[in-house]
Amino acid sequence: MICAGTGCVANGSLKVKDALETELIKRNLQKEVKIVLTGCNGFCAKGPVMVVYPEDIFYQLVKPEDVPHLVEEHFIKGRPVQKFLYTPPADKNTIPVMNDIPFFKHQVLRALRNRSLIDAEKIEEYIARDGYMAAAKALTEMTPEQIVVEMKKSGLRGRGGAGFLTGLKWELCARVSGDIKYILCNGDEGDPGAFMDRSVMEADPHSVLEGMIIAAKAINAHYGYIYVRAEYPLAVQRLQLAIESAKDHGLLGKDILGTGFDLDLEIYQGAGAFVCGEETALMASIEGKRGMPRAKPPFPAVKGLWQRPSVLNNVETFANIPPIILHGADWYASLGTEKSKGTKVFALSGALNNIGLVEVPMGTPLKTIIYDIGGGIKNNRKFKAVQMGGPSGGCIPGSLIDTPVDFENINKTGAIMGSGGMVVMDETTCMPAMAKFFLEFTEDESCGKCVPCRIGNKTLLTILQRITNGEGREGDIELLLDLSQQIKDTSLCGLGQTSPNPVLTTIKYFRDEYEAHIKEHRCPARVCTPLVKFVVDQSKCKKCGQCFKACPAGALKWEKGQVAYIDPEKCTKCKSCIKACRFWSID
Amino acid sequence: MAKLTIADLKKIKEDYHQGLREGGFRVKITVHMGTCGIAAGARGIMNTIMEELAKSNLKDVAITTSGCAGLCSQEPMTTIETTGQPPIKYTALTEEKMRKIFAEHVVAGRPVTEYALVAGHETTY
Repeated sequence: MICAGTGCVANGSLKVKDALETELIKRNLQKEVKIVLTGCNGFCAKGPVMVVYPEDIFYQLVKPEDVPHLVEEHFIKGRPVQKFLYTPPADKNTIPVMNDIPFFKHQVLRALRNRSLIDAEKIEEYIARDGYMAAAKALTEMTPEQIVVEMKKSGLRGRGGAGFLTGLKWELCARVSGDIKYILCNGDEGDPGAFMDRSVMEADPHSVLEGMIIAAKAINAHYGYIYVRAEYPLAVQRLQLAIESAKDHGLLGKDILGTGFDLDLEIYQGAGAFVCGEETALMASIEGKRGMPRAKPPFPAVKGLWQRPSVLNNVETFANIPPIILHGADWYASLGTEKSKGTKVFALSGALNNIGLVEVPMGTPLKTIIYDIGGGIKNNRKFKAVQMGGPSGGCIPGSLIDTPVDFENINKTGAIMGSGGMVVMDETTCMPAMAKFFLEFTEDESCGKCVPCRIGNKTLLTILQRITNGEGREGDIELLLDLSQQIKDTSLCGLGQTSPNPVLTTIKYFRDEYEAHIKEHRCPARVCTPLVKFVVDQSKCKKCGQCFKACPAGALKWEKGQVAYIDPEKCTKCKSCIKACRFWSID
Repeated sequence: MAKLTIADLKKIKEDYHQGLREGGFRVKITVHMGTCGIAAGARGIMNTIMEELAKSNLKDVAITTSGCAGLCSQEPMTTIETTGQPPIKYTALTEEKMRKIFAEHVVAGRPVTEYALVAGHETTY
């Protein structure tokens, strides 16, 4: 890895690269040692710098004339050259570099490769980062079959959540004959706590367009839609601009890049219904009908939009495609696990110190994502669980924090990979109340077409409401489990088939909390107001007076050195005191 | 606009990189303006930079925007890159911080360590 940031290039890193290439050929090592140019490492003052893997040895201040000696010692004799080894600066008062900061250190950007590097509204900046070169390659050098083969070989699986092999989806559609086919992009990101697709559309809209051009060639489509929810105005605006400027430059429309291939793309703004993220509902919505799913088969690859063969891929999936075509399937598959290749973008939110958007290789342990990249739990609280996959997913408890994050291992926990939302919870979250929150969401968003989803989810919600209200009955847990399974088995589409997952996983991992609510009329996290007594536990109270300062109703009695007391007459049960108490001493 | 050919794509890329090297810009300031950045006040930071630039009469500073830089909870953020130096990311900016950064890093070429989060590019291979 040779740094090709502006600093190192100014110091001659490209000359070092040339010298290294020459020397490796001379020594017949060119097949064993691969040279990669990287972005700036942050060590410009010590440039040109390079890192040698797998040993992770960092060399600084390398000059072209040093290269023969370095190759001789390092690659032939296998001993690092002391003279060029990096020595950490003694001065503590310097700005840390990427590798010093866990948030950046563990990330590898592929779908987000242009993050913070380009202006989304300038097509030249995208082109300058190899933009549209993959489309050019696909349109001039590759047959549709070759594109499909490359995609299948790369192992890329749909990033919308279900993880279907992208190349296989394209192959199914490519095989169907038909003069009109459609290529569709799913930007109807609707999971609470998920904002991966929005960010890609805002920061790098051309990467989505380029992915769609390649897919269109593979299935022979000449028309397509990008379905984006209207709540993403900036994404819509930047995509629109990208489409217009791509058309102006002959990268969309008729005869793209003079290759004779045509593709027109149009944005369709959705009204923000969660169910429209389901493929058949999305297509119905574009057709101007109510966004409701239909039974499959026929699958969209055979009969999709307006009964024509169609392929629908997620935003992040499309953004991954250009580098696969450009660098090859083997390059893509070099990261990840056996069945989940490449990287995945996650939106971190909830009780973490670092809220944001991250991209990590598949198989990265959950622990690394939460503690290293996410910076651990806010306010020194304990990690309780993470909800993955939004309302369709489930929670993964603290005991499974070593789980490698890929499709298979996440499925084993009962959660799903989903589109990439990770909502992290600490011990102040009540799990039955959390399940209730998601059921409120799915009950609201159910389109109502099939009975299990429409009435089943409503019933699940009713049971959860009575549990969190302190009116839970003996047998409610069993009823929830039984009903959940039936909803999963009999619902028409993905919404109903997955909506009980938050209930199932919270019961699986936090059954004791459900039992505490039902049998002891107690909410261990002090979230469910009807179950909180608002009494200070004398043995736990540290007499600090924080609750007294927080109470807006004048219900707290406290004096320095005295245990606090809550006046039930004045208490409005707002829970300000519970939030303020650091010792869990209010029950 | 004339339709591009594949040769044009390569030329745009080369011209762009050459322009960066020889375009006479000593400093490039990128304001991160995804929804998260804008919500946290990136437009105000952008205005501050424009004001300071106008006051300074510098002609070798380029201002540009990009999307979300990943650390949404620490927006507004900017990245400042000066010739021969690593790009520096500044986080949780206010207008006062930005004015100080402009005076010290952009004008005088000394990065402001106390507001800087990190130096360098992210791993993209």
